[in-house]
Amino acid sequence: MANTKEVRKQIASIKSTQKITSAMEMVAASKMKKTQDTMLEGRPYSLKIKDVISHVALANSEYPHPFYEERAPKKACFIVVSSDKGLCGGLNINLFKQVISKSAELNQQEIGSCFALIGTKASSFFKSVGGEVIAVAEKLGDKPNPDDLIGLTKVVLDMHKNNDIDQAYLCSNSFANTMTQQPNVDQLIPLAPEEQSEEAPSQWDYIYEPEAKELLDGLLTRYIESLVYQAVIENNACEQAAKMIAMKNATDNAGDLIKELELLYNNVRQAAITQELSEIVGGASAV
Amino acid sequence: MNTIKINIVSSSEEIYSGEATMVFATGTLGELGIAPGHTPLLTGLAAGPVRVQNGSDEETFFCSGGFLEVQPDLVTVLSDTAERAESLDESEAIKAKEIAEQELANKDTSIDYAKASAQLAEAVARLKTIQKLRKKQ
Repeated sequence: MANTKEVRKQIASIKSTQKITSAMEMVAASKMKKTQDTMLEGRPYSLKIKDVISHVALANSEYPHPFYEERAPKKACFIVVSSDKGLCGGLNINLFKQVISKSAELNQQEIGSCFALIGTKASSFFKSVGGEVIAVAEKLGDKPNPDDLIGLTKVVLDMHKNNDIDQAYLCSNSFANTMTQQPNVDQLIPLAPEEQSEEAPSQWDYIYEPEAKELLDGLLTRYIESLVYQAVIENNACEQAAKMIAMKNATDNAGDLIKELELLYNNVRQAAITQELSEIVGGASAV
Repeated sequence: MNTIKINIVSSSEEIYSGEATMVFATGTLGELGIAPGHTPLLTGLAAGPVRVQNGSDEETFFCSGGFLEVQPDLVTVLSDTAERAESLDESEAIKAKEIAEQELANKDTSIDYAKASAQLAEAVARLKTIQKLRKKQ
């Protein structure tokens, strides 16, 4: 039989854990609001640049951009967006699962993989399982700066320019609602060509100042950067939501455990009292 | 009066959205004045002010570079959050590569699929157990 002191110690330790998890839940809830706001603030830019890109695709441009070009794929790059901190349930793991299965699928078609990683969790995961890592961006914080991602994106785009990679995938969680986050692996390069509307065959083209090539290079680079940035801030919102749920579950679980242990504690205490009484009675009758 | 729609956005926020009778901006090749019905134009923006005139009202925004797209009825300013220089981008790229090299020093580059799926399966199993625990109660 466990003794009362041990049980009491256990209860105390679980209670303090519960305090921590419930504090973390509240922190995550308030951060979630902020990260969602950041996510929404970033949206206008990505919508507008998408509009511009679709106009550009419609325009009868003299310069076909390499990002639209379908090459026989030999190697693909995965940009994996993960969180910096853990304790957020299956958020990162579900994403890595998708990345690994996609990469294995490509591997069977003899397409190699390399990885550009955002977030500490991704880098520690790929550190343990191997894989060619070409760039890492970590510790971007709750409000990442778009400029922090320039380097990583440039590494990927440069590799594409030098024909080292032929495809790029953006892997991140998309925010459906607080309860659901959906891991996605989307093709980034080659860019899916916009659907041309039938009734308006485009004959017009922009005036480019200075050169079409230079401008489109810059614009499409910004477009890819904005997609990556959007993925990062969306993943941040996902992280906080997942963390809030995970911590809420942990707090509830701790509560249940405490209840069970308190029952046990009372049982043990009662048993001890009963035993003592019976000893006293036994002793008295012996006298 | 004839107006043209104008949107100014930067990657972290929407800066301005509205109508204008005239828009002035500093392109990489020089000062631009855009009136409604302008021919389609795509240009880079230099760091400088973007002035939006609507009748007698005028608003000025500072833009540290980016892109400007003109459609006959629409002007879109895609502003960068910071000034961008090729050399700066390059150093950022080198930084990202360096971290990758440090993190994964003396690692083989082929991915161990068996190990990866084993690790993930274990993590998923752990999560499932927690979920089951929840359901039981």
